[in-house]
Amino acid sequence: MHGSGIQIWFFIGVLLVIYGAMILGYGVFEWVTASYPAGVQLTNLHTPVWWGGILEALGLLYVVKFRPGRA
Amino acid sequence: MIENCMSFLLLPASPSLLAFSVAPLAHLRLLDIAVIAIYFAMVLWIGFYLKGRSNTGEEFFMAGREMTAWIAGLSFVSANLGSLELMGWAGSAYQYGILATHWYWIGAIPAMLFLGLVMMPFYYVSKTHSVPGYLFLRYGEHARVLAALSFALEMILMSGVNMFAMAVVMKVVLGWSFTFSILVSACAVTLYVALGGLRSAIFNEVLQFVLIWGGALLVPVLGLVQAGGMDGLKKQIIANMHTDSYFHMWRDMGSFSANPMGVHWTGIVFGLGFEISFGYWTTDFLVVQRVLAAHNLRAARMAPIIGSFFKMAVPFIVILPGLLGLVLLQNSDGSRMQLIPQDTWKVCVPMSSECAPLLKDTSLSPAVQQDVLNGKVTPQSELHSYNEVLPLMMVRYLGPGLLGLGITALIAGFMSGMAGNVSAFSTVWTYDLYKPLINKKATDSHYVMVGRMSIVIGVLVSIGAGYLVQRAHGIMDYVQALFSIFIAPLLATIMLGMFWKRATRIAGFLGLLLGITFSVSLFMWVHVNPENLKYVALSDAAKTMAENVFRALWACLFTGLVIFVVSMFTKPRPAAELEGLVYGVTPLPKEEPVPFYKNEWTWAVLVMVIFAALNILFW
Repeated sequence: MHGSGIQIWFFIGVLLVIYGAMILGYGVFEWVTASYPAGVQLTNLHTPVWWGGILEALGLLYVVKFRPGRA
Repeated sequence: MIENCMSFLLLPASPSLLAFSVAPLAHLRLLDIAVIAIYFAMVLWIGFYLKGRSNTGEEFFMAGREMTAWIAGLSFVSANLGSLELMGWAGSAYQYGILATHWYWIGAIPAMLFLGLVMMPFYYVSKTHSVPGYLFLRYGEHARVLAALSFALEMILMSGVNMFAMAVVMKVVLGWSFTFSILVSACAVTLYVALGGLRSAIFNEVLQFVLIWGGALLVPVLGLVQAGGMDGLKKQIIANMHTDSYFHMWRDMGSFSANPMGVHWTGIVFGLGFEISFGYWTTDFLVVQRVLAAHNLRAARMAPIIGSFFKMAVPFIVILPGLLGLVLLQNSDGSRMQLIPQDTWKVCVPMSSECAPLLKDTSLSPAVQQDVLNGKVTPQSELHSYNEVLPLMMVRYLGPGLLGLGITALIAGFMSGMAGNVSAFSTVWTYDLYKPLINKKATDSHYVMVGRMSIVIGVLVSIGAGYLVQRAHGIMDYVQALFSIFIAPLLATIMLGMFWKRATRIAGFLGLLLGITFSVSLFMWVHVNPENLKYVALSDAAKTMAENVFRALWACLFTGLVIFVVSMFTKPRPAAELEGLVYGVTPLPKEEPVPFYKNEWTWAVLVMVIFAALNILFW
């Protein structure tokens, strides 16, 4: 969007940073404690770790690139 | 310490949150609830943040016409990507196989490109607020009011469909009652759209688009890993279903009875590929409104082309999970889970006297059918409908946190669809019904107030429509019926108006009126006596989907015929009056030359090449 103010990409970045931290954090906990949820398939792939990491990295990229006030 | 904290997050959700719980498919953990709650907080934050920037009519209804091509393009696709898209088409893929992809490729891509390259200049140059607004300029007040009324009705019903789809997600996964689910989600959408108008709807649609991919992408990825890739999936489907039709989009289209959908290629090409698709993507104000909000003509032309790339990719997160569900979903005893049609599920859960005859038509074994009818609880007798395939796949692969993200993707899909419905409804109601018919000379701020109120009222009416959908035959069949009833006559009216200067005012109005009447009559004719389907779809073997595409085709042709005949007997408007509205008498604005990689034609050609390659690959 043109003009001043917070861009939508910044909102997206903030949300991804929060989600990434939550999911990555849980994934690490799950891996370290080996306490996998019952009934969920393919837990050996440690999906929350790498997916949470991807969300976190993307989120940080958007937050930095589209932060308010950046020229 | 960390372990204790994390264990706290993994506690089952508070009973008060699930006050209306009815044996949910999965127990959401606090981590999942937190993911969902943060999403709601974010959309409301956006709504409140944008409230101060939605004070004038141009800001509230048209988002200030300052969106970039990327934002308009993603919003354009996202407004269409409601939860009924995600769940309904995943269910259709389970039922019909890869044939369901036609609705994403031939049923969308050519029309999106046509909108961007050919039609957008006319919409944009005329500076209309809406599609009915264009009809007013081209055909006069009567045509506008008729189109606005039918569009408003369609939006309300579509919104009801979205609500129904959302309630199904909530029921299956969270165990919330239909009413509770509808009220929670409808309140959030009402709040952020009423606060920030179209700008808020567009912002949230872009956010939701990212979330839909972030939450739904893991299901096909993990499913393919477990199925052994595409080759493994094909082998297992052939082994289970005893046919390879599920993987061919065109090969079995030579006759109605040769494919699971019961539709002929002529219906797909002309009915869906031209009629329904062009009708929806080029004349439905729900999607066109997003493009009209672009900041200049080039951005408006690029937006649908950008959107078409993402539209082509959507089957990966929608169709593929449906196909994977055919072979990967299991009952608690490890046997293959077999889903049933929505109609059957409805009369069998809970059991009614109508269950037995419908159950016979399912793929369940006679022994399991008997268990269901006797009320015997076994792993196989627990029934789920086609529409539940996507949530079931999510529960299979997504643990705490990720499941919350997956559910958020579905909620986001619902919200983007519903926000699109109500924001478009609000604009059409205010500019095309309230302003010309009720109060012509009010101030700009008054119309903004009317727009905000119409959002609240529209949501309330669509809640009623949500209950209506419960009585319809599956989610997508119902929506397709709506498309062909309203969209097909509108397409013929706008196309002839935009590309044939001889079309007259009265012809446009009569064509639209009689076209809608004809379309409704066809629908009712088959609805009253399903035997009549063979006349509409030209085959005894035709099924519901075939009826929808052929009804759209006949309605469009009928409307075009009426407009042509009436125009030939009535006086045309002078060419000078049609400038800016009709091809051939409108000087198109010159656009600044740009490098080839920024030119819309370059990207449109690339889209067409990929589109052709995909159709050949899955022939």
